[in-house]
Amino acid sequence: MDSLIAPFLNGTADGALLLIAALGLALTFGQMGVINMAHGEFLLAGALTAYVTQQVIASTDLSILLALPIAFVVAGALGVVLEATVIRWMYERPLDTLLATVGVAMILRQFVLDAFPSQGVGVVTPDWLDHQIDVFGYAWPLRQLFTILLAGACLSALAALLKFTSFGRQIRATVQNRALAETLGVSTRMVDRITFFVGSGLAGVAGVAISLIAATDSTLGTKYIVAAFLVVVAGGLGQLKGTIIAAWVVGVSTAFFTDWTTGSIAQVIVFVLVVIFLQVRPQGLFTVRTRGLA
Amino acid sequence: MLELKSVTAGYGRTMVLDDVSITIPTGKAASIMGHNGAGKTTLLRVACGLLPVKRGQVLLDGEDVTKLRPSARVRRGLGYVPQGQLCFPQMTTLENLHLVSTERGAVDGVLDTFPALRAQLGRRAGLLSGGQRQQLSIARTLLTRPRLLILDEPTEGIQPNVVEEIEQVITRLAERGDLSVLLVEQHVGFALRATDTYYVLESGRITSSGEGGDGAESAVRAAMAV
Repeated sequence: MDSLIAPFLNGTADGALLLIAALGLALTFGQMGVINMAHGEFLLAGALTAYVTQQVIASTDLSILLALPIAFVVAGALGVVLEATVIRWMYERPLDTLLATVGVAMILRQFVLDAFPSQGVGVVTPDWLDHQIDVFGYAWPLRQLFTILLAGACLSALAALLKFTSFGRQIRATVQNRALAETLGVSTRMVDRITFFVGSGLAGVAGVAISLIAATDSTLGTKYIVAAFLVVVAGGLGQLKGTIIAAWVVGVSTAFFTDWTTGSIAQVIVFVLVVIFLQVRPQGLFTVRTRGLA
Repeated sequence: MLELKSVTAGYGRTMVLDDVSITIPTGKAASIMGHNGAGKTTLLRVACGLLPVKRGQVLLDGEDVTKLRPSARVRRGLGYVPQGQLCFPQMTTLENLHLVSTERGAVDGVLDTFPALRAQLGRRAGLLSGGQRQQLSIARTLLTRPRLLILDEPTEGIQPNVVEEIEQVITRLAERGDLSVLLVEQHVGFALRATDTYYVLESGRITSSGEGGDGAESAVRAAMAV
């Protein structure tokens, strides 16, 4: 039983982490069509924010909670700067955004190498998270449950923003038909900027969660960016429910394959399975159905 | 209200409009007619800011809006109903309307104009029929509270009973007196009945213009036959 419970719970937590990282991409890539390879570095910015916050606020119990909104704002601000200086000239040209943001990612990584110790920095897990809970005999780290709850909170907040607010309607309208939205008075430039802020901010929140389970060094972003893109594409562009399911499936299946083989082999197996899945269903898990003109 | 002064515009190096000038006074309605490819839709795209001009000016209430984005023109009172019954397909009918305004009285007002939409409020707009989507498109634009309403072939590809309803609504709007209307329409009879003046556009140039009304139909048909 333990051999099933452990990978299931750990994989669910990994999937939740992947989900927070992918939610931002689901907005900027899935909804806006921008391939932002610097999204991984926004995760890194979030993790470093958690570290810096701990240096400033001695209480680790408090600092990690404060780091979440601060990381959201820091990574979001980075996203706005990237959108205003680079991306805004490249809408409708996804391959150009890919090339340009790879360059931006390299610059950001070099900045981190110069400003922080090259071997990375450690974020101390607060006492209230440094426990295990018993699940059918398996001592499950509480911080993994925290990651799942954090993913749930981010997802609920994003879904509520998109579904129930005026700004959410403006995002969805801009994504579905930019010119039509403009002719109805929606300032699509402002929508782009705020969408990038929210998407990048979510990467910052994911970075804080990652800092609790992994070393924070300049390569942190590159470890997650490919998997996050994979999740968004496999889930189906423009569909949050697809992103949720894909993140969970990738997280859990990677945990099981890791249990049966090794971490590296597990990643290869999962990537191959996703590629095969995309060959069969290129549009991903969910697609948009319409009766006529879009 | 709206004035296009010596506008030349096109796509890339291909110019579609050549030195076009039209005027729609406040509270008046004008129609633009012409064969396919004459440049009618291009002219409307220039007016609402979706296509930049190469030369010339677009004036709205005397203000030069040539460089303004479409959303800024909407805030100045320009409403645009594009060709093709465009909607936001993944949003419900009500969300399409709420994108522009959530004011209950205003939404109720446009639903009174198009009562068929009331039963479709919770349905995704992408699943509506062509006629329902066109009604939604006009209703949504009316929620922007336009002082100038631009309609691009509003009856194209719509089933006949809905066409009649849309024609009645447009005629009522054009007769309101506080709303200027610019209508592109293939159905010459309806366009002339609904508007005060007409322009015939051929190969990117205005070739004929005059007063609307029933008597103008033969003149328009003659101009279009050339």
